[in-house]
Amino acid sequence: MPEFQIENTASGFASQVHREPGAEAIRSCYACGTCTAGCPVRRVNLKYNPRKLIRMVLLGMQDEVLKGEEIWLCSSCYTCQERCPQGIRITDTILALRNLAAKEGHAPSGIFMQAKLIKGQGRLYALDEFDEKKRKKAGLPSLPSQVEGAIKLVEE
Amino acid sequence: MKYALFLGCTIPARSRNYEMSARGVAGRLGLDLVDIPDFSCCGFPLKSSDGKKAGLLAARNLALAESKGLSICTLCSACTSMLAEEAHRLGRDSALLDETNRELAKVGLSYGGDVKVKHFARVLLDEVGLDRIREAVSVNLKDLAVATHYGCHYLKPSEIYEEGEDPENPSSLEEIMEAVGARSVPYDRQKDCCGGAVLVAHEQTALEMAKQKLDRVKAAGARAMNVVCPFCSVMYDDNQKSIEGRFDVSYEIPVLFLPQIMGLAMGLGRKELGLNMNVVKTKKLTEEITGEK
Repeated sequence: MPEFQIENTASGFASQVHREPGAEAIRSCYACGTCTAGCPVRRVNLKYNPRKLIRMVLLGMQDEVLKGEEIWLCSSCYTCQERCPQGIRITDTILALRNLAAKEGHAPSGIFMQAKLIKGQGRLYALDEFDEKKRKKAGLPSLPSQVEGAIKLVEE
Repeated sequence: MKYALFLGCTIPARSRNYEMSARGVAGRLGLDLVDIPDFSCCGFPLKSSDGKKAGLLAARNLALAESKGLSICTLCSACTSMLAEEAHRLGRDSALLDETNRELAKVGLSYGGDVKVKHFARVLLDEVGLDRIREAVSVNLKDLAVATHYGCHYLKPSEIYEEGEDPENPSSLEEIMEAVGARSVPYDRQKDCCGGAVLVAHEQTALEMAKQKLDRVKAAGARAMNVVCPFCSVMYDDNQKSIEGRFDVSYEIPVLFLPQIMGLAMGLGRKELGLNMNVVKTKKLTEEITGEK
């Protein structure tokens, strides 16, 4: 691993993240580690460490954060966000980082696939004839396979 | 007691047993659930890649409910938090509301900012109440030992929910379980996440998270699990076999949706409750309760 050089980091990255909705409070992090201590993902995968991620953002380590795998390991359970003594919306901050990464084309393929499906049909699973048959058999009401109004609102 | 029923994407396609049992129990309790076929995805799966459009989808759904003069009753916890969060934001941020309405106008809708979003379990607690739930019970569950899994978004982020249940010390779902004659089994790390949202990025991590919980539910001696979200059900029910195989463990713990357990206590049949659709077999469990083969 290359030696960390502060001059190689993106000086504006922390400010950029700080402006994202949900990430406004990151500068008040005092690195207590409450987030990491209570994280259920961390319990099974030591690679995930929210305290480290916040610190990396504040240090301007843009590439390491946005191109790395870590931000995608958050389960969005909000445990850290509920407990942060500094009121940092940690889960929302991770989501903001994911949005920035996805905009640059960095995300697990499944994330892009889900986005494409929803923007194309207004729902994750288009209900086909087979689904409709099953719904009818179960006494459930029929639903449209695609939702036109939603597609119009979010299509690319 | 009239609510717009918000099904989301996963339930009508993959968790029809949840939908069937919720409709059945609502019927028994006099809760009127209205279908709005034009509802779309809640927006949650877009949140990781495009938060803005995720919010717009949520707002459109809120606007549709508002146009019918209804509040929203959800079944999926991810839908609950997505819609409640957007309602919370739009109710407080007039600039965002204006911006959102400019977008909604393109599809002929507008949102005034006054729709309440409640999970089905919350509607039962707040509108029906535990007394009426108790009165509707006709079958003795014989202290069925149930491990309740709250999951995350049913409770969190807590600031978006008006009910104010403490996410560090929840009790609502267990109160319902006890009202219908089941026994709540305490177990270690009850509040931990199922791992469902990690499945798309790192399967091993997600399955290991689910395993941690199944280990503890089993050790606590539970006969069944109680869930209120289709993603939690995917992790504990659909994936239980593959977790058993991958980690060389054995559970055989039926995972039921809350209204499936309630429905059993109210005398609804296996078919009406979609109990044959649960992946881990529920037949023995229902035989133990009803005595019927």
